Amino acid sequence: MKPPLPVQPRDHREGGTGPESAPLLSVRRLSKQFPIHSRGFVKRVIGTVQAVDDVSFDLRPGETLGLVGESGSGKTTTARCILRAITPSAGEIRFRTPDGRVTDLATLPDAMLKPFRPHLQMVFQDPFSSLNPRMQVGQIVGEPLLLQRSASRREIDDRVAEMFRKVGLKPEHRTRYPHAFSGGQRQRIGIARALIMRPSLVVADEAVSALDVSVQAQILNLLKDLQADYSLTYLFVAHNLDVVRHFCDRVAVMYAGRIVELAPTNRLFTSPQHPYTKSLLAAVPWPDPDQPMQLSVSGESVDPSRLPPGCAFHPRCPACFDPCRAQRPELAARGSAAHQVACHLPEVPPA
Amino acid sequence: MDAEPILEVTDLHTHFFTEEGELPAVNGVSFSLGRGRTLALVGESGCGKTVTSYSILRLVQKPGRIVGGRIRLRPRTGPPIEVTQLDARDPRLFHLRGGIASMIFQEPIAALSPVHTIGAHLAEALQLHERATDAEARRRGIEMLRKVGISAPETRFDQYPHELSGGMRQRVGIAIALICNPELLIADEPTTALDVTIQAQVLHLIRSLQAELGCSVLLITHDFGVVAQAADDVAVMYLGRIVERGPVRDVIKRPRHPYTQGLLKAIPSLNLGRRLASIPGSVPSLAAIPAGCPFHPRCPHAQAGRCDVGPAPALRSLAPGHDASCLRAEEIAVAADVPSATRA
Repeated sequence: MKPPLPVQPRDHREGGTGPESAPLLSVRRLSKQFPIHSRGFVKRVIGTVQAVDDVSFDLRPGETLGLVGESGSGKTTTARCILRAITPSAGEIRFRTPDGRVTDLATLPDAMLKPFRPHLQMVFQDPFSSLNPRMQVGQIVGEPLLLQRSASRREIDDRVAEMFRKVGLKPEHRTRYPHAFSGGQRQRIGIARALIMRPSLVVADEAVSALDVSVQAQILNLLKDLQADYSLTYLFVAHNLDVVRHFCDRVAVMYAGRIVELAPTNRLFTSPQHPYTKSLLAAVPWPDPDQPMQLSVSGESVDPSRLPPGCAFHPRCPACFDPCRAQRPELAARGSAAHQVACHLPEVPPA
Repeated sequence: MDAEPILEVTDLHTHFFTEEGELPAVNGVSFSLGRGRTLALVGESGCGKTVTSYSILRLVQKPGRIVGGRIRLRPRTGPPIEVTQLDARDPRLFHLRGGIASMIFQEPIAALSPVHTIGAHLAEALQLHERATDAEARRRGIEMLRKVGISAPETRFDQYPHELSGGMRQRVGIAIALICNPELLIADEPTTALDVTIQAQVLHLIRSLQAELGCSVLLITHDFGVVAQAADDVAVMYLGRIVERGPVRDVIKRPRHPYTQGLLKAIPSLNLGRRLASIPGSVPSLAAIPAGCPFHPRCPHAQAGRCDVGPAPALRSLAPGHDASCLRAEEIAVAADVPSATRA
């Protein structure tokens, strides 16, 4: 198979942002298993961790989808599979390039992925470890262009300067080193690096989690502005529901490697259907003493190497009944097509 | 609640002596903590909240040093302890740390020794402070693990920290902090590293153990959500000073200092459907604290010739129990801009 080229042109966005427009990304039955090795010199495989299990969702052009869940729920692994930082075990990642062609990235060999890399970029959580301390920040931001060999040095320099202005940094600071910048400024550098290739999809993995609240607000505002300017689509991986509620159009809740609920943000927060989503929302410490948080779930998240049979949430679920122990519920539409839930319980009317 | 507070901090100065000069990380902090109450110290990175808490246990290390002020602790029995006046080798200091007052740290894995069992951590405190026998330490250790909600405590007692999950480790941290029945518990970002459901469990646990054991809690956090859910009173810190303090409800619903107002306006759930307001600029270096009100260069209400001259304004009472250090607190319109979070 010939690699589906070309990379250019980048001035596209022919599709609208409505729900009827073709998805930018379609993830279908995505799974990722990691082997567990025995101790000692000869590392035999003694089991697997099902980090991501049968995950399907669509990303529409211009939208922001939040991927939430506790540590170990598989949200970061899902994101890394989509970027092909790791190779999924099974499933499809159908990505639409600006020329309208759709390619399954899941099975593409590494060498053939390069033309797709500019379109999918990532902003990392930790602005300290994700920037090379020995490189000038201008070099860090310009490096993707250099690697793709798509521009001359002079063009690179111009585009870096433009990108610095765009993310609210002074272009004359591009010869400085990362240590000279604060956490918020470093995160701006990370964003500039992600956007310099004019990607259509940006994966932000806990991009504001390490920041103080006032800086977090600056970065969230910046991401919103850039989304409008460059018609970006965001996959926003986060555990902070306060931020997700503010920032995302739709939210997918993950538990033990599976999506248990997916809905428009407002609907998810006002009318959660899955018992796990409900307990998650109840546990959020809202900054209002009149809204006490509730302790509606006990125990800890499951060990993904020892998943219980049936619904993975059933040992902690307050509403567990017989089918939950035997049969794994599939994600199905409930109420409206936009709201999907993986639960055996009948629909709960909105409160 | 006793009339006399368990902890009184008066004009505390803890400075760091570095190449950049003398940095006032804690720059004249005063507060008191009532017996059985929970006070939250809240602020952004570098505001001095952790150094304040470390000062109380005399844990500040070089190049830092307490250069002024008083920390008075009143145990239930015995005379008050003037913490700042104790010699570094004073036996009372030893009795204080882990005995009268103890601490929960942010990173549960960093706070536990990887080569000692959970039981060894618990027994050490008991044997040092109460000279408990091995059997006695084991019995009380297991009882404490059960109290903090660890299942199969007999097994866990002999396990190592790496065998436990993050939430479990934080429970162990709490068990270690509480095993000698301290009167003052200092919790430094105890839930920051935890998932939200585990965070709720840990905050509830601290609350219920506090009610059961009657200890007072100094809670260090950057999260107004945690403040709202877990504290009675709150003190907001900026650049080594407390800029506002009062009952949690008053401060969150009716913030009087522009810095507190700015922090609350930056919280997403308090501002749904609106663009987040962020505080312009960034926190200045401790080596170059602005004259006058240290917040004035970032303050939307700053007045030239008034806010940017003279010494830093002192805290003053604006309502019963509610103090702020803003010179213009009465003039600036407040409260109306900070709505309450709409419940999910």
